[in-house]
Amino acid sequence: MALLSFERKYRVRGGTLIGGDLFDFWVGPFYVGFFGVTTIFFSVLGTVLIFFGAALGPTWNPWLINIAPPDLSYGLAFAPLQEGGLWQVITICAIGAFVSWMLREVEICRKLGIGYHVPFAFGVAIFAYVSLVVIRPLLLGAWGHGFPYGIFSHLDWVSNFAYQYLHFHYNPAHMIAVTFFFATVLALALHGGMVLSATNPADENEKVKTPEYEDSFFRDFIGYSIGTLGIHRLGLILALNAGFWSAVCVIISGPFWTKGWPEWWSWWLNLPIWS
Amino acid sequence: MRTWALGAIIAAFLAVGTLIMLSEERSLIASVETVQTGFRGTGMEVGRDLERLRELMEANVVPEPPWELDTSGETVAELGIYENVQILGDLTDDQFNRFMAAITEWVSPDQGCAYCHNEENLASDEVYAKVVSRRMIQMTRHINTEWADHVAGTGVTCYTCHRGMNVPANIWFDGDAPETPPGWAGYTGGQNKVSVQAGYTSMYMDPFSRYLSAPLGEAKNIRIETRTVLPQAEDDGISLQDTEGTYSLMIHMSTALGANCTLCHNTRDFSSWEQATPQRVTAWHGLQMVRDLNADYLTPLGPVYPEHRLGLAGDAPKANCATCHIGVQKPLNGAPMADDYPSLKVANPEGQPAMDRRMDGGGQSSLLLAPAAE
Repeated sequence: MALLSFERKYRVRGGTLIGGDLFDFWVGPFYVGFFGVTTIFFSVLGTVLIFFGAALGPTWNPWLINIAPPDLSYGLAFAPLQEGGLWQVITICAIGAFVSWMLREVEICRKLGIGYHVPFAFGVAIFAYVSLVVIRPLLLGAWGHGFPYGIFSHLDWVSNFAYQYLHFHYNPAHMIAVTFFFATVLALALHGGMVLSATNPADENEKVKTPEYEDSFFRDFIGYSIGTLGIHRLGLILALNAGFWSAVCVIISGPFWTKGWPEWWSWWLNLPIWS
Repeated sequence: MRTWALGAIIAAFLAVGTLIMLSEERSLIASVETVQTGFRGTGMEVGRDLERLRELMEANVVPEPPWELDTSGETVAELGIYENVQILGDLTDDQFNRFMAAITEWVSPDQGCAYCHNEENLASDEVYAKVVSRRMIQMTRHINTEWADHVAGTGVTCYTCHRGMNVPANIWFDGDAPETPPGWAGYTGGQNKVSVQAGYTSMYMDPFSRYLSAPLGEAKNIRIETRTVLPQAEDDGISLQDTEGTYSLMIHMSTALGANCTLCHNTRDFSSWEQATPQRVTAWHGLQMVRDLNADYLTPLGPVYPEHRLGLAGDAPKANCATCHIGVQKPLNGAPMADDYPSLKVANPEGQPAMDRRMDGGGQSSLLLAPAAE
């Protein structure tokens, strides 16, 4: 998108987190910054290492390339590059790139004087990733508990990981996460449809409707409208909860529960009301 | 100021991370032991709670043999000192008494000899338990000699299942999951209620009579999906109900062994033998073995049992994976207990009847069951 004429006046120096005005400039539409440089460093290094791993592996089929974590026997130690060490370095690069990207968002927020909602939201996504490849492996004592980097291979990992607990749909945190994912798309669909219906009239001579129309629609429809600001708070909360509870459902599987998830519900079956 | 704080946080993370990397500590919370069962990164792992493992170690201690084994001397059959010894005639007198002492500790430590024997006339078959135990000894020998594919050289003894109890703790009956009659309401189809057998899911409550009771070769195939878009007759007509029935049985297997699906399967393709672990072969033979034991040994004992030993449907108690495994992958954690009792590791003589004549108190005998089919 072309640079808007008034955008330049918001491009102020300063507000960086680290390094004074090191890399505190723009390249075309993009703010660079110290963390932009570290993002590029980590993402390029990680991508090169993935290609290196693919070159060592048996296939160049993009579906089947697989960078697997080390055997459990390596515990929390470094493994040789070809036996999971690559996965460890790539994991460091991925976290480095994700966190750099988040901190670059923070710096832009600081320059503009706006809230940190976007980097915070991205932080929840990073937390979900980190919980799979760092937090749960740390709690269980081996990097080998992380998921492999490959399109098919990580899906196979998800399947086997779930079947370690016999029936993952009985995982209560998984239930909550799935519910939030569904609620998120429901809210987004309602909100997107609502805004388009009011602000994008079919006839170009027709006037764009005000938020009062939108509020009226939902009051007529379900008796309540959360409002123009509120719907975005709701959307953010729903979406962040979806990611957060996904992370929780993974962290508790293994470190805090080793049996099948269906058996966890025996507290419900044993409630004094009916047992 | 902010720069310093951020630098300190990053430095702290790096320091902790380096320490963890160098420590090779197995687990930070140290309460779970995980065994990798597939290639690294496949997610094929069996995690076990350490506290539960300790409980299982304590629950699986092998009892000491009554006394040192002595196999010298003439056999009971040659000596001719006991009447009505139908299957243990090949034991020496000392071995015979040692085995009787052991079996008492294994099966009826409280009631003693009288649980099986009329103590006035030890030869009499009037107590049903004696007839059952004779058949069970035959079954044990059958397992140890014919089912090495499942029990390997380790073998089993009476204690593997009985554990000091008259009746093993984990048995099943046909009537465990009463079928509701089909109708417009209330029909459960044998599922949709909490199924302990299926690991507290709502899947089939009785996967056992479905998959484990029919004789070898006649049993229903354990399948999860068709190989075609729609179920085909040549594909066994596998339906979604078959899938759930199979999952129910497999969850029973998993919990019986204190394991999970990935001990045997790469779940990306459950049926693929190429991607399965070697344990799946052992488990497959185990399923065949349980069918064999239920059909040839346990079910036919029905007429021998008194009513209080039978299930709701009037059927004999039967075995499943949990009967022997009781929560561990190898019963008794693989202790070679049967080695101390060589009489349990000999083959049943060819043509030995499934169960011989039952001699009552008055010396009369009657045929209980026809000889086993060859």
